[in-house]
Amino acid sequence: MSGMNGVFAKRRARLLAMKAIRDNHIPGDKAITCPKCGQDSDRKSVAQNLSVCPKCGYHFPIGAYYRLSTILDPGSFRELFEKLPAADPLSFPGYRAKVEAAQRKTGLTEAVVTATGTIGGRKCVVGVLDSRFFMGSMSAAVGEKITLAIEYATKNRLPLILFAASGGARMQEGILSLMQMAKTSAALARFSEKGLLYISVFTDPTTGGVTASFASLGDIILAEPGALIGFAGPRVIQQTIGQTLPEGFQRAEFQEEHGFVDAVVPRLQMRDTLSQLLRLHEKGGRT
Amino acid sequence: MSEPLTAAQRVAIARHPQRPNITDYIQALFTDFFEQKGDRLCGEDAAILGGVALYHGRPVTVIGTRKGKTLEENLKCNFGMPNPEGYRKALRLMRQAEKFRRPILTFIDTSGAYPGLEAEARGQGEAIARNLYEMSRLTVPVIALITGEGNSGGALALGVANRVLILENSVYAILSPEGFASILWKDSARHEEACELMKLTAPDLLELGVIDGIIPEPEGGAHLAPAAHMRQVDRALSRCLAELSKESGAALAAGRYQKFRRMGAAPQKEEA
Repeated sequence: MSGMNGVFAKRRARLLAMKAIRDNHIPGDKAITCPKCGQDSDRKSVAQNLSVCPKCGYHFPIGAYYRLSTILDPGSFRELFEKLPAADPLSFPGYRAKVEAAQRKTGLTEAVVTATGTIGGRKCVVGVLDSRFFMGSMSAAVGEKITLAIEYATKNRLPLILFAASGGARMQEGILSLMQMAKTSAALARFSEKGLLYISVFTDPTTGGVTASFASLGDIILAEPGALIGFAGPRVIQQTIGQTLPEGFQRAEFQEEHGFVDAVVPRLQMRDTLSQLLRLHEKGGRT
Repeated sequence: MSEPLTAAQRVAIARHPQRPNITDYIQALFTDFFEQKGDRLCGEDAAILGGVALYHGRPVTVIGTRKGKTLEENLKCNFGMPNPEGYRKALRLMRQAEKFRRPILTFIDTSGAYPGLEAEARGQGEAIARNLYEMSRLTVPVIALITGEGNSGGALALGVANRVLILENSVYAILSPEGFASILWKDSARHEEACELMKLTAPDLLELGVIDGIIPEPEGGAHLAPAAHMRQVDRALSRCLAELSKESGAALAAGRYQKFRRMGAAPQKEEA
């Protein structure tokens, strides 16, 4: 690495670190209560544990920049398509104001962050959905950004990793939200034809149109422990069948058992697992 | 045509129990229909009907969602809400169409993919995703016609076509207006209001670039003059098929890709 590149890499590392700190900031008192085991842990020990409960292993939801900081090699982060604007294709009443409020609250422009970086020294394209922004739902801008990231990976012959976390379609963008399912899936078909690797990672929760498109199309599909993964959400199913759902239904472990997930990977092992998978596929990406 | 109908009125027509369905279209437009059942993995789903038939003497693959008209049929077809087996059967038939170089015609009328316990356990999301992925690559002509309501990924899973046509009073949406109102306002009773905002009518969809053409219906809806309606549909389908038949397989796949690629695309310069 030349001197100039070194300076930029340091700056990028600092930038991601700052955004990641903002993402991982847990407000309030020192102790946080785990929603799963109900035990208190001090904030610092949770943060040091990548926002995983030190007592029971519950995976707290995390922001996109923080997640990127947990998997990318320091200094390798370069954001892609950062300025792609949020849209309002149906001119839906009140929607623009809600988007702006979400932007202020999260510091994001939309529900997905796309970037290039290296993991274990291997370059890749990574996209991360952020559930704090409209529940990570698929807007036209989200679909567009993911498609642009897929196309960037295709053109540059890079492996692709997408972290899903989504409530499904963005209601306020109606049918155009739905069409993003076809657009992203079609882009992945073209990517795959080049012999390139796509790793999809389900995180909690992923439902609806994201499950029914790009998130289910990985060559390798991983999931964080306990992540809810489904097409229909539990409430809708409960209404349909009129009975309560069995324990663990639609969770990552359930999906693994039913053949829809290659491996359930704890957050603390995610970087190493991705690094291993990139290493195992090195030749596949270079035909 | 008289007074334009409201979106809610169109939804009502789109759901009319006597509205022509997949079985009626097969009977009116095709000959020698041979139904193919089963996904070859584990099951058969009557909510999707598919097979081979002749269309003006030419072999085609026909696939569509099936609601049924009598209560008995409704129950057998799960009210037109497919399970993963239905989508996987559809995919099997599409791959066969590719093998035998047959055009594919799909007929869409569904309130959505079935949100059930077993459907989830057998990978409803994966089944839909796989169809979107595979349909985008097909090198034979694909024409989709929305004959009633086309809701959610459950409709789109048969809708990645070179030409997406819609009947004048059919609707195509992210989900039912009732579901939309319930998610957004926690009040499914506000569905009529939802209809107006969702931009789900044929003219709205044409303006948004989601569909390629509207087939006019007899006044009051297709069910009031089915014979005339079938002639209209036949004309539209033959015209599309004639156009697409001139294109090479590669051009068909590329054209379909570009069509969906443009949807919701913002003008954007590559940053890196």
